Amino acid sequence: MNAYRLYISWLTLTRKEVMRVLRIWTQTLLPPAITMGIYFVVFGSFLGGQIKEIEGYPYIQFILPGLVMMTCITNSFSNVASSFFSAKFMRHIEEMLVSPMPDWVMVTGFVAGGVVRGVICGLIVALVGLFFTHIPIYNFLIIAFYLLASASLFSLAGLLNALMARKFDDISIVPTFVLTPLTYFAGTFYSIQMLPETWKKISLANPIFYMVDGFRYGFLGVHDASLMVGVVLLGGLNLVGLALSMHMVKKGVGLRS
Amino acid sequence: MEALNIKQLRKTYSAGVEALKGVDLKVEQGEFFALLGPNGAGKSTLIGILTGLVNKTSGKVQVFDEDLDVSPERVKAQLGVMTQELNFNIFESCWNTVNFQAGYYGIDWKEASRRTEQLLRDLELWDKAKQPVRNLSGGMKRRLMLARALVHDPRVLILDEPTAGLDIELRRSLWVYLQKRNEAGLTIILTTHYLEEAEALCNRVAIIDQGTILRDAPTRDLLGQLKKQTFVLELVEKSEMPGDDEQVQYRIVDPLTIEADVAHGITMNEVFERLKQAEVKVQSMRPKANRLEELFIDLVGKKGKGLSA
Repeated sequence: MNAYRLYISWLTLTRKEVMRVLRIWTQTLLPPAITMGIYFVVFGSFLGGQIKEIEGYPYIQFILPGLVMMTCITNSFSNVASSFFSAKFMRHIEEMLVSPMPDWVMVTGFVAGGVVRGVICGLIVALVGLFFTHIPIYNFLIIAFYLLASASLFSLAGLLNALMARKFDDISIVPTFVLTPLTYFAGTFYSIQMLPETWKKISLANPIFYMVDGFRYGFLGVHDASLMVGVVLLGGLNLVGLALSMHMVKKGVGLRS
Repeated sequence: MEALNIKQLRKTYSAGVEALKGVDLKVEQGEFFALLGPNGAGKSTLIGILTGLVNKTSGKVQVFDEDLDVSPERVKAQLGVMTQELNFNIFESCWNTVNFQAGYYGIDWKEASRRTEQLLRDLELWDKAKQPVRNLSGGMKRRLMLARALVHDPRVLILDEPTAGLDIELRRSLWVYLQKRNEAGLTIILTTHYLEEAEALCNRVAIIDQGTILRDAPTRDLLGQLKKQTFVLELVEKSEMPGDDEQVQYRIVDPLTIEADVAHGITMNEVFERLKQAEVKVQSMRPKANRLEELFIDLVGKKGKGLSA
């Protein structure tokens, strides 16, 4: 396939994935708006007023970037995990496997769908947040980098999960037992400076902490850990995830017998 | 020119099952080729390897001189595939199902749309274009699979049980469509449950069993190898049977039905002459099975085990 055909092939898959997100918007776009709206009401308005400022910002402003990031990564993950596993389960993944579409087009096409959903959901949460507070923007490029790189990383994670999954239950294990604990302990609702030393060290071993921290820096201009570590970590994990996904698709893990 | 050239193709699944034991097969450009075999013979494995759905253990596969190991994408670009199992996104519309498939092959939106419309019209699915696939009947789903397999204009079309579950009328209309495409130059490789289908459509047949090709020859030659053919005769009245000889043997099924095993080379006139001499009045006559089926049973020797292709 020449470059133009590759582009068409990638665009078709991406378009299909985005159309899926929009078609089932009550399952993909509406839930984060409602869930995070409740978070803003409870943690921002009801409890937030009782909590003193963190690093110079009202509590609701402090938690907002974390909530956007949390929404983005969980939605990116679940989009690819669910879409790819459904394609495996209903066997319409064979439409792509029999075509000359290269492995990297398939991987990046599904990831693009996950990124689009993650970013849209993040934007929806940010828009909902505007009803409760002002959202400062310190550095838009930092925000964009962290949002896109995190969405991409967790789309790849969703793809890996779907490749290895044999039944629908298998794609809920990672969100339930890995993703949720890591996001809640990633400094979304607090600054790790408030934690005892041991918990602070444990938090530094949580990759999602760096995503929340760097993303929050893009809004508020404050951070708890090294931004460089966050950037390198995100870039590195994306490369590892991409290489692993490509390898597994090439070998046909979970796809070919 | 060879459309397909398979050399010493082997497949052993991780459970240790040896599905293909060194298959050699050639299909010429423009042929309508049937691959027949009982359940578990290795047909679907072979097709799976050709289409990239199964990894081969060893061997060589070439499609129009393009090697599957060297340039799998070029091989795939030349193949259209209609699998045995339905493999749709049932929530997608018929239009999108075909149109997206064209896109996966790198066909731009305008051209993809033109081809999608043409195929949906040709296969009488145009009025269902906006419908989700789940709303289609079984026959419509089969036709949609065919449209999807043809949208990139492949040089070789692989059909795995294309008419399974279709009523006779639909099956026949699909035969006519496939014959037209074949006459227009499309090479077609078919597996089918209906041996009548292979006999009617295919000019070459290979019979596979237990991962090995038992016979690969033009259909006409294969049918010429039939040692005997069985006919069912409905009688006007209960009659005494003529005596058996080397050429024709009779069996009484019920008082008004007999079966006659007729040796290759004996004409129907000779059979009727024998019946006339024995004063047996025949109301009607039909072959018990189609000729290819008889040969198939003879070769595979598994009558009653569940024929399929």
